[in-house]
Amino acid sequence: MKNRGKTDGKIFLLMITIALFVTMYIAGIIIFNSKGFAKPQVFLNLFISNAGLIVIAAGMTMVMITGGIDISVGSVVALACMMLAWMMEVKGIGAVPALLTVLVMGIFFGLAQGFFIAYLKIQPFIVTLAGMFFARGMTAIISQEMISVKNELFLKWAKSKINLTFLGGTVNKKGVVNYPFLYPSVIIALVVLVLVFVALKYTKFGRTIYAVGGNEQSALMMGLNVKRTKLLVYVINGFLCALGGFLFCLNTCAGFVEQAKGFEMEAIASAVIGGTLLSGGVGNVFGSLFGVLIKGTIETFITFQGTLSSWWTKITIAALLAFFILLQSLFAKAKEK
Amino acid sequence: MNKLIVFVKKLTGTRLFLPLFCLVLVLLSNLIKTPTFFQVTIKNGVLYGYIIDVINRASDLVILSVGMTMVVAASGGTDISVGAVMSVAGAVCCYILAGGLQTVNEFQNPYILGVLAAVFAGMLCGCFNGFLVAKMKIQPMVATLILFTAGRGMAQLITRGQITYIRVESYKMLGASIPGIPVPTPVFVALLVVILTYVLLKKTTLGLYIQTVGINSRASRLMGIKSSRIIFLSYVFCGLCAGVSGLVASSRIYSADANNIGLNLELDAILAVALGGNSLGGGKFSLLGSVIGAYTIQALSTTLYAMGVSPDQIPVYKAIVVVIIVALQSTELKKMAKRFQTGREAGKRVA
Repeated sequence: MKNRGKTDGKIFLLMITIALFVTMYIAGIIIFNSKGFAKPQVFLNLFISNAGLIVIAAGMTMVMITGGIDISVGSVVALACMMLAWMMEVKGIGAVPALLTVLVMGIFFGLAQGFFIAYLKIQPFIVTLAGMFFARGMTAIISQEMISVKNELFLKWAKSKINLTFLGGTVNKKGVVNYPFLYPSVIIALVVLVLVFVALKYTKFGRTIYAVGGNEQSALMMGLNVKRTKLLVYVINGFLCALGGFLFCLNTCAGFVEQAKGFEMEAIASAVIGGTLLSGGVGNVFGSLFGVLIKGTIETFITFQGTLSSWWTKITIAALLAFFILLQSLFAKAKEK
Repeated sequence: MNKLIVFVKKLTGTRLFLPLFCLVLVLLSNLIKTPTFFQVTIKNGVLYGYIIDVINRASDLVILSVGMTMVVAASGGTDISVGAVMSVAGAVCCYILAGGLQTVNEFQNPYILGVLAAVFAGMLCGCFNGFLVAKMKIQPMVATLILFTAGRGMAQLITRGQITYIRVESYKMLGASIPGIPVPTPVFVALLVVILTYVLLKKTTLGLYIQTVGINSRASRLMGIKSSRIIFLSYVFCGLCAGVSGLVASSRIYSADANNIGLNLELDAILAVALGGNSLGGGKFSLLGSVIGAYTIQALSTTLYAMGVSPDQIPVYKAIVVVIIVALQSTELKKMAKRFQTGREAGKRVA
């Protein structure tokens, strides 16, 4: 019976998130209808501009389920973008080897952080805070100037539209039919999301992650390898950060030091808004997807509104994060009673 | 000879040995490249030289690290919003003194009003953090992450996305120097904050309470100490320190630059606390250690600048230092080393 109540609480948090997203979107359609908020493309743009964040939020969700956290993600994204741009433009390396190098970098970054967290038992925050400054500083060491990507293959990846003809097209003034479209980055992001979902839900490794986050001591007593699980989670997260950085770079096609600042906040906020508990043990990547979409909707609002500064996105996200944290905390208190 | 070994062991065993050793090491390493490092001259009635620069520039960090020490000791977590809170305080002060204008040549409102408002803004931010951590029981870093990201946005909103300049001589005094006194003002501010805090901790039971709560908040609550109130107060105090530090930083550049005031200082403050020999897990702390740590960090920064490292790149080196210090503090590493040692000895015996 007690267990039942816990499950209901989890679903309730997720329901609030989905309801919030739907309400916000409908409100947007009503307020900005004249500016075309209701077009399918506006909805698809939520995915296009946040493909990288979806992948990173999935990794963040995994880390948070173990009871850890990673605030280095924004800097790792910047480092990944800078490495891609620098390798392709300055060193003339092909797009494929450059991408592979970046992914390997992500794995090693995760490995280093995971080692300190899992085996030396240093607080995840301290380790990833150092990681955050390290990655940002490395970005500056590679280049302090902005590097734009002009590699043909890379731009082809970035700009090949996938038309969704079944959604129906609109004819513009020149008589060309425009279909709602997606970029390949969105497909990659969604595939990753599904993979992480399946891994968490249906594999032994996934169940171990929940067990470790739920109660590390009991997981250890059950004979689960807590340290290795944690290490693996950070390694996967490092890989996903690098991949997310690549998807982010497909959007911006550039690398510069200040890139993706505050990304860690957006990823954590997405996971928390999606119902992942900060205390670990509870979480769902699809919830995080809705978290990302809510953030995207806020951004779209601000773009459609036109006069508000982009700082409002950060402030609203922070406020939402605070709100959902309070909500979680209240739930936890209610459960104690 | 034996006495010497005992003496050396006693010396290296004291808490402040490591921070002091690091400080001396960093300072001396400068002598190799700049032999004039310790030279102090008087320029325009103010002391001038590398070493003075280190002491002067470290003031912001010293003030921050005092607040950070309290937070770390009481809650076992760190406040990563301090840099952003500094920019908020600077923005609030400049906004009030400039009366909403962008550049002013004289105060639009009394100076003291701006100062009080800035400190108040810092404390308000501290209250917010403290409420989330102490009352809502949220991990300190997640709670402070909110202001870490949103703080600069709020400062931008206050200054309307522009840099507010206060071109008044008396405003610059806090960050530069008061005519007739050769020592830069920030040094006095830092000294004042440190002494006041020290007296407060030593003359009242507050210092003891903070350590008790940090070691075991449950047990101290059962003993009758209001743990959550102590933690809350430590965050408010940290906010206050960030506010004062923000004032000094804003006075240095006589403007409110929301993007750059206190940039990356949160890492420096945490580093200062760790370098001072304080465990980041909370509990026992040494205020003096953190202060020495702060001067060491600034000396390190100045050294790196002198070596031609750009401000963007410096975090790399500091991040490495942080990880090394924290790894050395880790009990797991000691266990590993011990296991390795006993393993080798066992191997020898078998052989």
